[in-house]
Amino acid sequence: MLDQLAALLPNMSLAMFIQHLFNALSLGALYGLIAIGYTMVYGILRLINFAHGDIFMLGAYMMFFSTMAFMPVWLAILIMLLAVLVFFLAFRKSQKPIPKKVGLTLAALALVYIVLGMHSGSTWDFTPPWALAVVFAIVITSACGITVDRVAYRPLREAPRISALISAIGMSFLIENLCVVLFTGLPRPVSQPAMLVQPLELPVGESVVRIVPLAIIVPVVCIALVLLLLLILYRTKPGLAMRAISRDIETTRLMGVSVDKIIAFTFCIGSALAASAGIMWALRYPQIHPYMGVMPGFKAFIAAVVGGIGSIQGALLGGALLGFMEILIIAFWPSLSGYRDAFAFVLLIIILMWRPSGLLGEKMEEKI
Amino acid sequence: MTQASLTKSLRQPGLPKTQRDITCTVVVIALLAVFLYVAENFFDRYTVQVLNLMAINAILALSLNLIYGFTGMFSLGHAGFMAVGAYTCTLLLLSPEQKATAWLITEIQPWLATINTPFIVAVFLGGVMAALFGLIVALPSLRLGGDYLGIATLGFAEIIRVLIVNTNSVTNGALGIKGIPQYGTLWWNFGWLLFTLYIIISLLRSNTGNVFKAIRDDEIAASTMGVNTYFYRVLSFCIGAFFAGVGGALTATLISTIDPKMFNFLLTFNILMFVVAGGLGSITGSIVGSMLITVMLEWLRFIEHGVNMVDLAGWLPFGSALIDKFGPSTTLIPGVPGMRMVIFSVLLMCIILFRRSGLLGNREFSWSGFFNFIYSIPGRVRSIPNWMNAHSAKAAVLVLVLLYIIWLTIRR
Repeated sequence: MLDQLAALLPNMSLAMFIQHLFNALSLGALYGLIAIGYTMVYGILRLINFAHGDIFMLGAYMMFFSTMAFMPVWLAILIMLLAVLVFFLAFRKSQKPIPKKVGLTLAALALVYIVLGMHSGSTWDFTPPWALAVVFAIVITSACGITVDRVAYRPLREAPRISALISAIGMSFLIENLCVVLFTGLPRPVSQPAMLVQPLELPVGESVVRIVPLAIIVPVVCIALVLLLLLILYRTKPGLAMRAISRDIETTRLMGVSVDKIIAFTFCIGSALAASAGIMWALRYPQIHPYMGVMPGFKAFIAAVVGGIGSIQGALLGGALLGFMEILIIAFWPSLSGYRDAFAFVLLIIILMWRPSGLLGEKMEEKI
Repeated sequence: MTQASLTKSLRQPGLPKTQRDITCTVVVIALLAVFLYVAENFFDRYTVQVLNLMAINAILALSLNLIYGFTGMFSLGHAGFMAVGAYTCTLLLLSPEQKATAWLITEIQPWLATINTPFIVAVFLGGVMAALFGLIVALPSLRLGGDYLGIATLGFAEIIRVLIVNTNSVTNGALGIKGIPQYGTLWWNFGWLLFTLYIIISLLRSNTGNVFKAIRDDEIAASTMGVNTYFYRVLSFCIGAFFAGVGGALTATLISTIDPKMFNFLLTFNILMFVVAGGLGSITGSIVGSMLITVMLEWLRFIEHGVNMVDLAGWLPFGSALIDKFGPSTTLIPGVPGMRMVIFSVLLMCIILFRRSGLLGNREFSWSGFFNFIYSIPGRVRSIPNWMNAHSAKAAVLVLVLLYIIWLTIRR
């Protein structure tokens, strides 16, 4: 059977094909993770959160600074306290239990983090263990996401949607340029831990397939995070409130849900997913720069549209579709590699023409 | 009609209104011509360059305002149309010798190698080519509305950019094209600006313009009234794309180098900023907004280049006294690269958050409004004491600011 499959593939061995499949799977999983953030915000606010790609970039940068660039301890503590303050301000006096628990957990984590961070290395350099650095990056990035919502979108809830869209574009440019100012525009190399990039060798037929462990870890982590998200969405009160808001925001408000807090929680979750995608992206493609979020951001948005905006499963499906398309088209026709960035946009336009509500989305009628 | 407005209207000068307006417009154009003559002959090159940029940016802002402010289609594809215009114009302007040497990776297409047209034809054809691309973009994507349209046009702009990078034999790929002849003088740029203004104003005053505004205000209502909204949306989009192409062509000849990286999303963002800052649906607003922001962006360069302490102290009241006291220090405050764009984005955020309608909202400049304002000045001056009594704190700040401005002007 393997031989038959190999015969079907022109100009490529089966081993190569399997490697491409794994690359595509991990790229698609990353697109899917970012796309979930777009799809959740769009489902609730009908807003394209242009700054989401930059939140993704911030996640990668936070990870980089806490593990590789040796952030001074005082700065780490300051940033962490700011993040906790943001969470406190966003979720204080919350009747629903989960956001409060999240806030308390975060505060506890911050304490643990600071204590552990102080004990590792010298007094000035701050090199926490890996797991803690990941938590640090995710917490800070979620706080950034909540801040973006509070500063740029919440004052415009009653305004025409296009105003919020322009505000989103402005926010995106603000974050990018702020990062250019703070971290300089130079690309920085990310050192990959050897255990994540030492290729595993699997024999297939006569040849050997080399697969980087990351290409397996990324989809697994992605699926775990999505299961967690679905658990939050379908088994908790805030999840119920989120789904209610995406149906009808006014009625939900009348039911006594504090809509602004739920929206902040949505941004928090979306940004946390984007941050984890950013961390994995930086490990997979080991270079970070302030504009690294632009193209993945666009493509993930396209993935969300393709899958049907507002639907989590759709975002994953769209991400996977986009990842497979991008890798496999180039694998089969290498001469097209110059057009790599255009595939996603062509797919977007085809989908918008043929089925504007996406593959899994519900059709939305305009109310008169 | 109240007593005040009645007397105001009675005080209109004797000329019939339209004739007065025409005379005033002609006088302003003549004054502009005198100014351009002076600028061309006596201003330094940098100032002339900024003036050119102001004219081109005004054209671009007007074209986006036609699409977005007057027809209500959120388009993010302007950079793509500019690129089409710029490349078309460049290919038509370059001499055959330049083309023979510039294309390094692949030979240029033979039918392009010898083609050469005068400047005005090249710019015009740049606009026509952009309008054609606009038509190609519009036919499928204008079926969509709202922010989906924005994303689709953004996608098309990216596709155009990727096409330019990859069609080496036409566009020289990622290397770009250098040494474009700089025909674009002040006269050309401001001439094109006046042409754009004339076309867009007369378009908006016609019935077609009314249809555009009807579609903007309520598309469903417009189509219920029997308007073929799709046709008019495509029409508005193509006209906007035409002027975007003209703007791109003029940019290419102004800065004499183009490459695909130039025409990225940032460029569209800049134009959007001009339009939003000036006021959506206001022609005057687009012109004022684009010119103000162009000047401000140039002026803000000191933040990136660094500024001398002495220069900075000169802007402070009693700054010269400070310099005398502490001695002329030449300490350079280092510039922060990228800070200019941070300020620019913060400004856009502030406009959209605190003054969503922009500087002018949807108001327009008109001669009758202008003369009414002139005639109302004596009354306003007479009411100043009352106002100062009522708002003493505001008045004090205002007086201080005025004194500062007067001091700045007499200081030199």
